[in-house]
Amino acid sequence: MKKPMSYLDSVHRDGRIWGLFICFLIVCFPLAVSVLFGAFPQWEALWKGLLATAPMYWAVGIIEIFTYIPMLGAGGAYLSFVTGNISNLKLPCALDAMERANVKANSEEGEIISTIAIAVSSIVTTVIVILGVILIVPLSPILEAPVLDPAFDQMLPALFGGLAVVFVSKNRKLSVAPIVLMLALFIFVPALNRDTVGIMVPVGVLFTLLVARIMYKKGML
Amino acid sequence: MTFHVNHPILYVLVGIIIAAVLAQSVYFLVRAMRRAKEIGIDSAVVRKTITSSAIFTIAPAVSVLVGVVALSKSLGVALPWLRLSVIGSLSYETIAAGNSIEALGMTFGDQITDPSAYVTVLWVMTIGIIIGLILTPLLTKRIQGGMKKIENRDKKWGEILTNAMFLGMISAFLGYVFCDVSLAFTGDFTGLIPVCVMAVSAVVMAICGLLATTCKQHWMNDYALPISLVLGMASAIPITAWLS
Repeated sequence: MKKPMSYLDSVHRDGRIWGLFICFLIVCFPLAVSVLFGAFPQWEALWKGLLATAPMYWAVGIIEIFTYIPMLGAGGAYLSFVTGNISNLKLPCALDAMERANVKANSEEGEIISTIAIAVSSIVTTVIVILGVILIVPLSPILEAPVLDPAFDQMLPALFGGLAVVFVSKNRKLSVAPIVLMLALFIFVPALNRDTVGIMVPVGVLFTLLVARIMYKKGML
Repeated sequence: MTFHVNHPILYVLVGIIIAAVLAQSVYFLVRAMRRAKEIGIDSAVVRKTITSSAIFTIAPAVSVLVGVVALSKSLGVALPWLRLSVIGSLSYETIAAGNSIEALGMTFGDQITDPSAYVTVLWVMTIGIIIGLILTPLLTKRIQGGMKKIENRDKKWGEILTNAMFLGMISAFLGYVFCDVSLAFTGDFTGLIPVCVMAVSAVVMAICGLLATTCKQHWMNDYALPISLVLGMASAIPITAWLS
């Protein structure tokens, strides 16, 4: 008799189907616009634009997959890589939810809580953006008000300040080395800034794993 | 059909894709809630997860909306709506759209009127982000299988491993907060703005934690992250005025 599929296996099966289906839709969009308006890309500009964009973003995309999938859980990964805003929204949301629910990220409970948090976050984002698009005319002057600029500019520090208190206080010993390294790198290497922080996430992750392994082997954790 | 960046048909096409993305999220949400019930996760915990995740998402979602407004000047509303609802981030989309508009010999900010220019921008933006969409379905099971193997070999190390990854990510962002502090030595204090905002948010988080435990206001714990996020963002307004 065939063994019934586990919850996790079914998440992987459904995640693949949904992921490939949405990928297909995304590719169909430019094709449909071409057909409907009888317009084709300007090949030289397309090639130039791609050369300036794709190599870097493909490299970053591949690194992000290996960095974030282990942290997001299965359901969370399939959803996050479709809706985006992983490091500034989905992952913090899942981390906070797992912390509040007191579940471990690598347990089935963690998988479920993180999926619920990320799904809700994706739905709320999508709905808010839909409402914003409908109301774009009256909302634009408010959203573009210069007085609000600094608040949106500083979203990441405001987010990670709170998140750091929770995680650093729970892992004091382990957090010292990576924080010192990252502060030193960002302060003294001028090339590191808001645009390059995404590339530094895997560096931070690998370094912290190395430190954790050494401390674990020495019985310090 | 005469092309316009805000042609109704573009909204219909984008609407179909957004509906599929919403359906996927709802599908996974329902599946996870059912499974939660099956394995006995308290329904109060599920309810709290839903409400606190929803509230936490509001401020970042509004900042996504700001991105849609910013990009809509060149590209109309439909394309930024799609690109920022599916995978995109404002920084990526601005660079991708900027690169392709530049390659077309146009200036970023001018509205695109030529359909072939629009299709060119569309393809550059789509091909640029497609890698994550293709590889996630192909690699997720394998990557997570690898993690499970490590955990099965040594359960304690498995727990430390995921915690270490989270800390690694958080430390990178903490580092970024300090990236411009050295400007203070040249008399430019704007580099201290993110540091002060982070400090405000951290203090608010700590106060929420204290109130939750000492005054038995446990609801505070569930909303501590959105509260610290919004107050941190709000504090950026006077702090920026002060330090600029």
